[in-house]
Amino acid sequence: MDTNQYLDIFLDESKEHLQSCNENLLALEQSPQDLAIVNEIFRNAHTLKGMSATMGFEDLADLTHKMENVLDAIRNEKITVDSNILDVVFESVDHLEAMIDDIANGGDGKRDVSATVAKLKRIENGEAIGSDTDKNESEKVPTVEEVLTTDSMKFDEFELTVIQQSHEQGFNTYEIAIQLRDDCLLKAARVYMVFDILEKLGDVIKSSPTVEQLEEEQFDSEFSVAVVTKETSEDIQKKLLKVSEVEDVKIQALDYQSLVHQELASTATEEKVTQPVEPKNTKPVATKAKPKKTPEKRATHASSKTIRVNIERLDILMNLFEELVIDRGRLQSIASELNHSELNETVERMSRVSGDLQNIILTMRMVPVETVFNRFPKMVRQLTRDLHKKVNLQIIGAETELDRTVIDELGDPLVHLIRNALDHGIESPEVRKAAGKPEEGKVELRAYHSGNHVFIELEDDGAGVNREKVLEKALSKGIVTPEVAETMTDKQVNELIMASGFSTADVISDISGRGVGLDVVKSTIESLGGNITIESTEGKGSLFSVQLPLTLSIISVMLVEIEKEIYAIPLSSIIETSIIRNSDIMNAHNQKVIDFRGKVVPLVFLEEIFEVTRTEPADDEFHSVVLVRKGEKMAGLVVDSFIGQQEIVLKSLGNYLTNVFAISGATILGNGEVALIIDCNSLIK
Amino acid sequence: METTLDVESVKVIIFQLGDKEYAIPVSQVQGIEKTMHITRVPKTPRYVKGVINLRGVVTPIIDLRDRFNVKSSVEDDNTRIIIITLDDMEVGFIVDAANDVMDIPTSSIEPQPEVVGSYEEEFISGVAKVEKRLLILLNLEKVLNTLK
Repeated sequence: MDTNQYLDIFLDESKEHLQSCNENLLALEQSPQDLAIVNEIFRNAHTLKGMSATMGFEDLADLTHKMENVLDAIRNEKITVDSNILDVVFESVDHLEAMIDDIANGGDGKRDVSATVAKLKRIENGEAIGSDTDKNESEKVPTVEEVLTTDSMKFDEFELTVIQQSHEQGFNTYEIAIQLRDDCLLKAARVYMVFDILEKLGDVIKSSPTVEQLEEEQFDSEFSVAVVTKETSEDIQKKLLKVSEVEDVKIQALDYQSLVHQELASTATEEKVTQPVEPKNTKPVATKAKPKKTPEKRATHASSKTIRVNIERLDILMNLFEELVIDRGRLQSIASELNHSELNETVERMSRVSGDLQNIILTMRMVPVETVFNRFPKMVRQLTRDLHKKVNLQIIGAETELDRTVIDELGDPLVHLIRNALDHGIESPEVRKAAGKPEEGKVELRAYHSGNHVFIELEDDGAGVNREKVLEKALSKGIVTPEVAETMTDKQVNELIMASGFSTADVISDISGRGVGLDVVKSTIESLGGNITIESTEGKGSLFSVQLPLTLSIISVMLVEIEKEIYAIPLSSIIETSIIRNSDIMNAHNQKVIDFRGKVVPLVFLEEIFEVTRTEPADDEFHSVVLVRKGEKMAGLVVDSFIGQQEIVLKSLGNYLTNVFAISGATILGNGEVALIIDCNSLIK
Repeated sequence: METTLDVESVKVIIFQLGDKEYAIPVSQVQGIEKTMHITRVPKTPRYVKGVINLRGVVTPIIDLRDRFNVKSSVEDDNTRIIIITLDDMEVGFIVDAANDVMDIPTSSIEPQPEVVGSYEEEFISGVAKVEKRLLILLNLEKVLNTLK
């Protein structure tokens, strides 16, 4: 059967599972004793194995299977977790990720993983022989549990009562193991059909995995259910086998007495083996909580009712809404002209509703930065090993949300910043010790909202920027002249490391400093409408601060007028507005400047830049000036008058007019006319 | 247009510029609009009049009279903007009047006459003579391309 239509879902889900594997592996490294985490990883791996086998990616399934064996051994306490084992597991996950990527790019997911497989095998065997089941067996309670098959279901108190009562009323309880065909595509549908039949025959009291998981196809190809019914096991088997794609049905009668025994026995085992801290008087139900914990958590997670929506549809919704915003503006201006009270009221209401709508649509496109951040812990772990450094990465504010379009572009610059911090920032443990710092370096990644912006900061307590070294490098690369270098402030020197063609590491490593460097980070951030600054104290560490707009499609602007022409200046680049006297304007090298709070700020006369033809001479006495900035630099844009602040929808000028000087786009005003948006960055040199 | 030569006839929109009549295939015309407010875009060629809001889409406008160096005439009630698409570009042309829609038999289309000194000749893909009217067929790619 053609499985292509499921490929996208498969890729999405595989990525989720691998991500979850990564997170849990990191958690496991922190608390190696926590078997619940191992269980979680095992389940992820198991699901992945099932999915990839179904999709026909044998290599993927095979490697997952090997990994699963190791995890299983850990789970059964045959192997104790240490970082060597985790390294190998991480390595396998890396391979799996590479395979998935390959499949996503149209490949067949094949990859040479024999080295990793060999390592997995060695762990599985080597370790298992040494510390084999001595401990395990002594702790295992024999009797009933041994008799029953290992994947037999366990029942809680309530379910046992149900079984008991139905037993007394002459019902039989069966445990039915249903095996679906390996190539079964619509597993959930088969599950539904099986349940449908069983419900007609009697009552399903339990299923393993849970019904939610079955509905979401979170199982391999086998599941079991417990049923109370008056039918005979043969009848049930016959009826179930009629469901297509069901390969095998095994029915086992359950005896109430033995079930109770088993329950008590396993309670005892668990209390002794894994939960010595738990109070002695715990009832069966309470101890059941442990093995069941992860599936339950999963189930509640699934029931929070989310749906996947194609980003394209959200874009269309956004476009339609933009039309609405324009019409809203138009309606508002018509209403204010007509001054009709009922019309005004209606328009006001509509504005409020569409305002709410705008918020919802914008938040729908918001994604937590976590989606970018979550790959960093693993990356840092790997880098610290490669670099022989000790680093503790802390992530704060991963739930901070940003527009999807911004998020997509954010990954690479941040990777670069982190690599830079680890490679150039944090010193080796010996150096740190000598400098009287703790051996373990600290890197903190923070994200938070502030006004209309999101800030992402990366702070390290490493070496900081070495002024002399940077200047020396900048001079040798010809980025600055010796004269300029003398007069540069520390801040300006810091900025130099983001100048193009700059790399301070003495040895070019493949971690960072591949020639491209921080200037790429800077230009990417600026192309997103954000900016990046650096603060650094030599010997104490550095702080990179990235400021990003919340969204790229609706922005706040200040509308200004130049001889009947209306232009929009993004608020994000405006510092303030001011009205200056003609006599305040000074001349410096053919450039008109003003003294603004002690700083010399060049003036840009927009009417000259934009070649506006004057019909009547402008007011010569006073000038309206919008002070804008680009990084540290400022400029004063001289306009005729300020109109006011407004939220506008960013539109492009189309494919015919590309690269118009100093114009970044256009917007449609309330009166239906087009206003151009000024690109302040190109006006400041 | 080259592609239209192998069909029997081609449906065109006929518009007026000065005292001449021009034709554009209907397939390339998005619509005909009355004039509206045009926002000037600074630092663009003289024939780019600016941009308009065409039902929410910001559309550039070219004044064909300036493009062809025809003496400008004054905007009046007949002045129209013809919106055309070429590849993924949407552009409006300002014309003196949009006169007619008609089918021109492909047999009546001839290559442009060798007239020297006419600035617009590079934009012409051919001429057609229909019922004593002389129609000039425009090569839209050339009209739009020089900006690139």
